[in-house]
Amino acid sequence: MAKTIGQEFVKGLWEEIPPFRLVLGLCPTLAVTKSVENGIGMGLATTFVLVCANILVSILSGIIPSKIRIACFIIIIATFVTVVELVMQAYTYQLFMELGIFIPLIVVNCIVLGRSEAFASKNGVIPSLADGLGIGIGFTLSLTAISAVRESLGSGTLLGYSIFGPSFEPFSFMVEAPGAFICLGLLLCIMNIIGRK
Amino acid sequence: MGDYLVLIVSSMLINNITLAQYLGICPFIGTSKKMETATGMAGAVVFVMTLAAIITWCIDTYLLKTLGIEFLRTIAFILVIASLVQFVEMFLKKSIPALYAGLGIFLPLITTNCAVMGVCLINIQEEYKFLEALTASISYALGFGLALILFAGVRERVVLGRVPRPLQDTSIGLVTAGMLALAFIGFKGLV
Repeated sequence: MAKTIGQEFVKGLWEEIPPFRLVLGLCPTLAVTKSVENGIGMGLATTFVLVCANILVSILSGIIPSKIRIACFIIIIATFVTVVELVMQAYTYQLFMELGIFIPLIVVNCIVLGRSEAFASKNGVIPSLADGLGIGIGFTLSLTAISAVRESLGSGTLLGYSIFGPSFEPFSFMVEAPGAFICLGLLLCIMNIIGRK
Repeated sequence: MGDYLVLIVSSMLINNITLAQYLGICPFIGTSKKMETATGMAGAVVFVMTLAAIITWCIDTYLLKTLGIEFLRTIAFILVIASLVQFVEMFLKKSIPALYAGLGIFLPLITTNCAVMGVCLINIQEEYKFLEALTASISYALGFGLALILFAGVRERVVLGRVPRPLQDTSIGLVTAGMLALAFIGFKGLV
């Protein structure tokens, strides 16, 4: 367990990058990756919750009785999710409407609870912060990658700009549910091929 | 009566909670390797989802809205769901041991099943009345069960095939789920 802070941070970007390596938090991954903008927004919201929850859990882990720790973690997470929800509603209303119920559903994103339980409750504040930030940014990168594939093929745009020119016929299939599943499955397969070398 | 029929069909098939609304994917992928675990999970979800949706609907309507504290909705709902799951687990263990033996290990997992929380939130968002919320929740839950059991059946067959190594397990699972979702799109013409 002699990992440095830097290593804790970096492992979230490749070694344990969600949702590819840790197959958790699939619902938001599939649901919000219709466009790159939504993907990044969701990623950042989750990162914020992850970092704050990790810090608070690591501070409080000495006080929380182990029998009711899961319930306590969930309340901590829910508090930060409410904060995100209200902030987004106030400043980025458009994005808030697009993401819809998936913002309150960050509460039940297994990545967040998983990190609190598996990492923050056993480590100090600074490593927990690094861990939360690493996993959060890893998650944001994955969402960006998936949404870049889906948006470019499904609507022929990237961040709203047309990239293939007017003659391109978008496969509307990619922005619908089946496209999401198949796209993630194939990306997972590519990750497996790269990871094996 | 016709309205309810439309509601049932659209909640169960057209807007299927997993295959069209992307909720509850983790248990959908996680428990679908074997038919037994899939039916167990489906049963537990139908049970908890219906109860949770009714209770959170009442809390939202009679407590949060009357007191004007809707911003606490997320915290209130997750607390209700978590304690409900605990309560159901204890109740089943004590009074219906046979059912508990069947659903046992799946119950704690349901707390972080976003489909349960999702349905509760959808009911509020769509501003359903009590009976509508009840019908929609049961239909959503049955739709989840249907999708899960169908998917488990397909996956049991896929295991027998020769799948290239990088595609194995979750990867081929997701692609299979994509095909199933494609089939469910066909229901769009129903209503």
